[in-house]
Amino acid sequence: MENSVVGYVPILMQFVFAAGFVGATILISHFIGPHRSSKTKDANFECGIEIHGNARLPFSVKYFLVAILFVLFDVEVIFLYPWAVNFREMGMDGMLKMILFMGMLLIGLYYIIKKKALEWE
Amino acid sequence: METSFLIEKGILILVIWGITMLIALYSTFGERVVAAYFQDRRGPNRAGPGGLLQPLADGVKMFTKEDFIPNTPNKWLFIFGPALFMTTALLTSSVLPWGDKLNIFGYEVSLFVADINVAILFILGVISIGVYGIMIGGWASNNKFALLGAVRASSQMISYEVAMGLSIIALLMLSGTLSVREIAAQQGGDFLGISGMKWNIFYQPLGFLIFLVCAFAETNRTPFDLPECEAELIGGYHTEYSSMKLGFFLFAEYISMFISSAIIATLYFGGYNYPGVNWVADHIGPNIATILGVVVLFAKIIFFIFFYMWVRWTLPRFRYDQLMNLGWKILIPLAIANIIITGTAILLLN
Repeated sequence: MENSVVGYVPILMQFVFAAGFVGATILISHFIGPHRSSKTKDANFECGIEIHGNARLPFSVKYFLVAILFVLFDVEVIFLYPWAVNFREMGMDGMLKMILFMGMLLIGLYYIIKKKALEWE
Repeated sequence: METSFLIEKGILILVIWGITMLIALYSTFGERVVAAYFQDRRGPNRAGPGGLLQPLADGVKMFTKEDFIPNTPNKWLFIFGPALFMTTALLTSSVLPWGDKLNIFGYEVSLFVADINVAILFILGVISIGVYGIMIGGWASNNKFALLGAVRASSQMISYEVAMGLSIIALLMLSGTLSVREIAAQQGGDFLGISGMKWNIFYQPLGFLIFLVCAFAETNRTPFDLPECEAELIGGYHTEYSSMKLGFFLFAEYISMFISSAIIATLYFGGYNYPGVNWVADHIGPNIATILGVVVLFAKIIFFIFFYMWVRWTLPRFRYDQLMNLGWKILIPLAIANIIITGTAILLLN
């Protein structure tokens, strides 16, 4: 296994290649296609009716809640990764501690479900 | 760092990119043909023999369409969204092992682009960045349908990412490493006396199911395709897109389908290992065994791509509350239970 920085160079190469391909394709298709614009055509699509208000409207706060909960839970999931990799060395001791940790995670989940944070109508 | 190393990796990157594009291109064709046969009709069969040139015709059409930018204050973000989505879709393949070692005239070539020891974290990280592509694209469109689609897509993808991360943890407890190459190599061991059959699916059936469901949700495939639910949202986050930018959004979905099939095959179905891999290596030759391994891996990948299409024409779309309930109230507790079961089993058996 390569632990040095050298192991990451091919990823950088692939990134540069992928980004170059994407940029070039967008640029080429931009020059190939026709361009005809008019005020009506450039307007945003709303099923053919007149535009009604601004598209930057506030959306349901539930989505924001989901995002906040994701941050909380994902951070806790990240804590589990180093433990999982070293699971065999830590044995029963590590297992019991992690059961406690995951128990608290589940209590938190139970709490947000009871608080109806994930209730959609 | 030697030049030969860079050349070797450069060729590999090009080949993998070519294969990815080819498979994604023909998945669009395959999707339509599979759909057609499921519905008792023929599907595209006019362009070329048996309709085989259909994806090329579609590509040329996409290219020559007008590159339309709607009336939005965020023109650069409007272009940046699909570009980011496509770039991240093309990036994940760099840490996956496509085969064992190949010996070409005494020069040993490993069939993976980068073997980093945090490969699984890299994959999860790149998948998360993909969410930004959809969100930026949908928001910059300055369209209510696109905004709703983007918000739905991002909250769906982040919800299922938690369960996906948790389902992989049970697998990591078994393997003890984050390197995908090592996880694939470990599965070449013996299972019930057959070499090359120590696939993780036999040890992690529940983890595999959770991962599969999450993979469907992460790629926005039916039954989780609410972000582009045509009946409610016109086209979802790509309503305002046209030309190659729309092409990127659609195409990246097929690429992520291919990549997630490859991840499923590598993590749970033995990757490039197949029954009797040692016998072939001893009796016919290590190079033949490696090439056969690559073929087997792609057979597994194509099966899973077919599985994606199969599910699409079998299950109807979820409602939004059902989607959220499944992700948070069922999959996350189930994944934690799976971790505890796996841990107890490992400790008891050792």
